[in-house]
Amino acid sequence: MSTFLLVLITGVGLGALYFLVASGLSLIYGLMHVLNFAHGVFLSLGGLIGFELAARLGADQWWVFVLSILVGGVTGALIATATELVLIRPLYERHIEQVLVTVGLAFAAVALFEGIWGADPVYIVGPAWLKETTDVLGALVPNTYWVLMIAASALLTGLVLFLRYTRYGMIIRAGVENRSMVTALGIDVKKAFTLVFAIGGSAAGVGGVLAAHYTGYVSPHLGQTLLIFAFIVTVIGGLGSLTGAAVASVLVAVLQQLANYYLFGTGDLIVVVLLAAVLLVRPQGLLGRFA
Amino acid sequence: MSAQTETTSTPTPVAGKGKPFWRQWLPLGVGVALVVLMAVLPLLNISIPGVLPTPTYQPGALAVISLAMVFAALALSYNMLLGTAGMLSFGHALYFGVGAYGLGIILANSGLPLVPAVLLALVGGLVIALVTGSVANRVGGIPFAMVTLAFAQAGSVLVRRNSGVTGGEEGLSLTTENVPDFLVGVINTRNLYWVTLAVLVVIYLVALWVDRSRLGHLAQASRENELRVNVLGLHPYRAKLTIFIIAALSASLAGITYMLLQSGTVPRAVSADLTITVLVMVVLGGVGFRWGAILGGVLYTLLDQRLTVLAGSEAIAGLPEVLRIPLSEPLFILGVLFILVVMFLPGGIAGTAEAWWQRRFGGRKETGLAALDADSDESSEPAETRQ
Repeated sequence: MSTFLLVLITGVGLGALYFLVASGLSLIYGLMHVLNFAHGVFLSLGGLIGFELAARLGADQWWVFVLSILVGGVTGALIATATELVLIRPLYERHIEQVLVTVGLAFAAVALFEGIWGADPVYIVGPAWLKETTDVLGALVPNTYWVLMIAASALLTGLVLFLRYTRYGMIIRAGVENRSMVTALGIDVKKAFTLVFAIGGSAAGVGGVLAAHYTGYVSPHLGQTLLIFAFIVTVIGGLGSLTGAAVASVLVAVLQQLANYYLFGTGDLIVVVLLAAVLLVRPQGLLGRFA
Repeated sequence: MSAQTETTSTPTPVAGKGKPFWRQWLPLGVGVALVVLMAVLPLLNISIPGVLPTPTYQPGALAVISLAMVFAALALSYNMLLGTAGMLSFGHALYFGVGAYGLGIILANSGLPLVPAVLLALVGGLVIALVTGSVANRVGGIPFAMVTLAFAQAGSVLVRRNSGVTGGEEGLSLTTENVPDFLVGVINTRNLYWVTLAVLVVIYLVALWVDRSRLGHLAQASRENELRVNVLGLHPYRAKLTIFIIAALSASLAGITYMLLQSGTVPRAVSADLTITVLVMVVLGGVGFRWGAILGGVLYTLLDQRLTVLAGSEAIAGLPEVLRIPLSEPLFILGVLFILVVMFLPGGIAGTAEAWWQRRFGGRKETGLAALDADSDESSEPAETRQ
């Protein structure tokens, strides 16, 4: 029982990490119809810069850990904004080319990061508490998972509040619903595009720092690996649906962990099978609608 | 989009109608001449310093050209998907990998001779393409890209996990017991070169047939406006799936050739990285142009080889760090080149050249990357109302 509980809780923790990446992807796709292959780059860069900062200031201290998360988020937001302004905006409404440009950015940036930080994983340390475990009804859960869950819950709450109660949030929601109508009402959707990229980028940047603590290392490829699962999560949840992304993140990650533990490490395959099943039964995703 | 989509009513113009005699036969003549030139290349002594490592009759140069031709064949197969049918797949490497690993595994574990083993590997590619393709084609556009990516990822995970069969991260080397002697070893690079050339020609002819056939026209039409094709009572799903399978089989054949040529394969052959590399080749060469795909594949392979050599050179090592790090990463340079092509040269090399040709001599319609963007939010509207 305690093993099952442990697998379940770690699954939710991993789902929290997926959500940090998938939320941005889903919002960006919902509003702009851009499949952002460079999202993994935002994550990797956030993780790498966060690591550099922590290594300089003393990685085992709490305030450094918190600061590195903040810096990771800011880094992600900055590079995402720059990407939107320099690469995405000139190709406005040309969706395939926008995808290709983000592919090119991912291609080039990963190579550049390899040049700077090396291709091999760099092992990192954090506050000692992260390595310890908490006893939940006999299940010894590593504390990193709690941090992931707190971060993802904060992000979800923040996003929901932002989307529901602020002016820009409303523009974004309306834009996802019917963009041409929003434009027809004379509202500048382009600002919302940049904003969505910045939000998605900062979530990915925070995710990068936390992913580094979750896996224990940071590497230029960290983001690309997570990105593929985030894609699967967004498709299963329904493209453009934030709630869908949240539900699917947890669902996918829990299934993955369960399969890894009880079905001889077949977690990654189960996820793909789940994806195929969802597409056969409900091509628009769990909570998605046809565009 | 400025590229007006006139193609639903007039598919690819019938070759040669109303053209002068020499224009009609020029492409065929140039093509045949090129193939003949490539076929006799191993018998000639041509040195191209800076591009080829050795004169053309030596194995060094032949190996580089053969590799370039394998990737040209793979790029051609990808162009069937992206160029003809407008399907942006991120899992094409899966079928290349199935060919390479399939042949390797069959040769290592069964006593089959080479030809049946190749056929069996192709059947494997067919089955996997059929299963994954029929699921992936249930969605279109960007979701299709994600789903194919996920399938390729599953393939990649399988290869890395089952190291007993596939060699895991180390890769799988070719078991040469049942491979005819004239295809084994560095001395026989020349024979492998001819095999590769033959494969490239075969895949080119397949691509040509797809583009000219009813199937290809149907796929092109549904790329432009799927709703309208449906309304006409035709089946875009079937056409797309068929092209998907043909492209996957061509990729498997390229993978098989790669396995023979390199005497082995590594997990990168099934990775998303490889698909993206092929995508870069096709876009660089010009989406929708068969000769563009070939050119892109060859150019990319040669650039990659040369830039790697350049990265290790002393001229680079002496530069300050800000310049040295980016310049010593070939993929960084290629990625930036790719971004620049997408942003400023959407037709790629072939598209730009054809546009120039068109301005100079008149004729062919405009295609290329821009034509793909019909597949956006407005695709539910009739083509005539789009600007």
